[in-house]
Amino acid sequence: MKDKKSFWEHLKAWVDGEEVILNADKYIATRTPKESLNWHKFFSVQNVKENKRNYAVLSVGITALFIGIMLSVVDALPEFGSPYNPSNNEVMVRYLEKGIEETGAVNFVAGMILDYRAFDTFGEANVLFLAVMCVVLLLKKDKKNYSAKEEQENQEDDFFDTNEKRPILQIGAKMLAPMVILYGIYVVLNGHLSPGGGFSGGSIIGAGLILYASAYGQKKMQTFFTFKTFTKICAGGLLTYCACKSYSFFTGANHVGYEIPKGIPGNILSAGFILPLNICVGLIVACTMYGFYALFTKGDI
Amino acid sequence: MNHLETNFYEAVSVILFGIGFMNLLLQNNLIKKFIGLNIMDTAVYLFLAAQGYIFGRVAPILTDGVIDASYYVNPIPAGLVLTGIVVSVSITAFSLALVQRLYKHYGSLNMDEIMRLSREEEGE
Repeated sequence: MKDKKSFWEHLKAWVDGEEVILNADKYIATRTPKESLNWHKFFSVQNVKENKRNYAVLSVGITALFIGIMLSVVDALPEFGSPYNPSNNEVMVRYLEKGIEETGAVNFVAGMILDYRAFDTFGEANVLFLAVMCVVLLLKKDKKNYSAKEEQENQEDDFFDTNEKRPILQIGAKMLAPMVILYGIYVVLNGHLSPGGGFSGGSIIGAGLILYASAYGQKKMQTFFTFKTFTKICAGGLLTYCACKSYSFFTGANHVGYEIPKGIPGNILSAGFILPLNICVGLIVACTMYGFYALFTKGDI
Repeated sequence: MNHLETNFYEAVSVILFGIGFMNLLLQNNLIKKFIGLNIMDTAVYLFLAAQGYIFGRVAPILTDGVIDASYYVNPIPAGLVLTGIVVSVSITAFSLALVQRLYKHYGSLNMDEIMRLSREEEGE
């Protein structure tokens, strides 16, 4: 009881500002780590998982319950394909009717994601860049995290890459990779005119690079695509995107009037900033895709 | 409110989501777990794409010079699906990189095995 009283006195002193912490020195000297209740041991997933059958039954039950609830929600959703659904509202009408006039892009989706919602797309490109940087952090090999066994494996891989004859793959890659990359470039450059755009075209270019790298090996790839080019292209693409969009946001918000000419919708050089932004996004995506492949297979770009 | 037959795309996407979720819960292999996660992502794309479709309309790319909102399907879900795909690719790559590191350290892809080994290492 006395303890409690003194505690209240201390509390009063603390409220009045005379003490900083209640019995601070004494508390620090005598404190013991709290006996935690170890809740995670009673209710840990591991404990439930010990009993395999119970765990399986429980997870099937939870999933079935979840699917049931969601199916009842689907049942209450408005009818599929009806033009009067709440999702087809005035935003869509605005994008479709004013899209060409305001963005100049024939492809409404490109106009939407790279003009009206360009900030969102900038975030997406940043997410990709961040992901590839995380993978670089986790998987890139350098002198310090390299064991002798991995070194030997890598040398064997290099030996096979240079000495082994893989005529079908190599000739196929030699003929197909330029076509694939060219098609990717076409898709990127026509992003505002036809289906496609930076993301899809970039992944096609990345697929071409991966095909070439898998046929001819990392060494040959590094003659024109090293880690330095990779970082330069990624960072350069993001910075160009940022600069373009900063310019258009700044001039647009302040009514300065230095707008990029929209051009004639349907021409390749039209739609303001959409073409350069598509190129930036395409470069970032292509580098990212190839970067993932190279880092996962060899641990180096 | 009986739209379950007409909304079968949404219904299928929900079931697909459940399959992916069950994969996530029941598989012990980490790579199979992430395959389950990707199935869940795909279900979400299907749901979004189904929300944007309107019967008898064409893709949102200018055709025959018609500028009329009642001629094209909804373009907004396409943008949302694009965002979803990018995030899914990033998450998959990141988690697979973590799995590769785990495999190099513990020599196993089995979740329980990894947990057991990590506890032994901590000395619990």
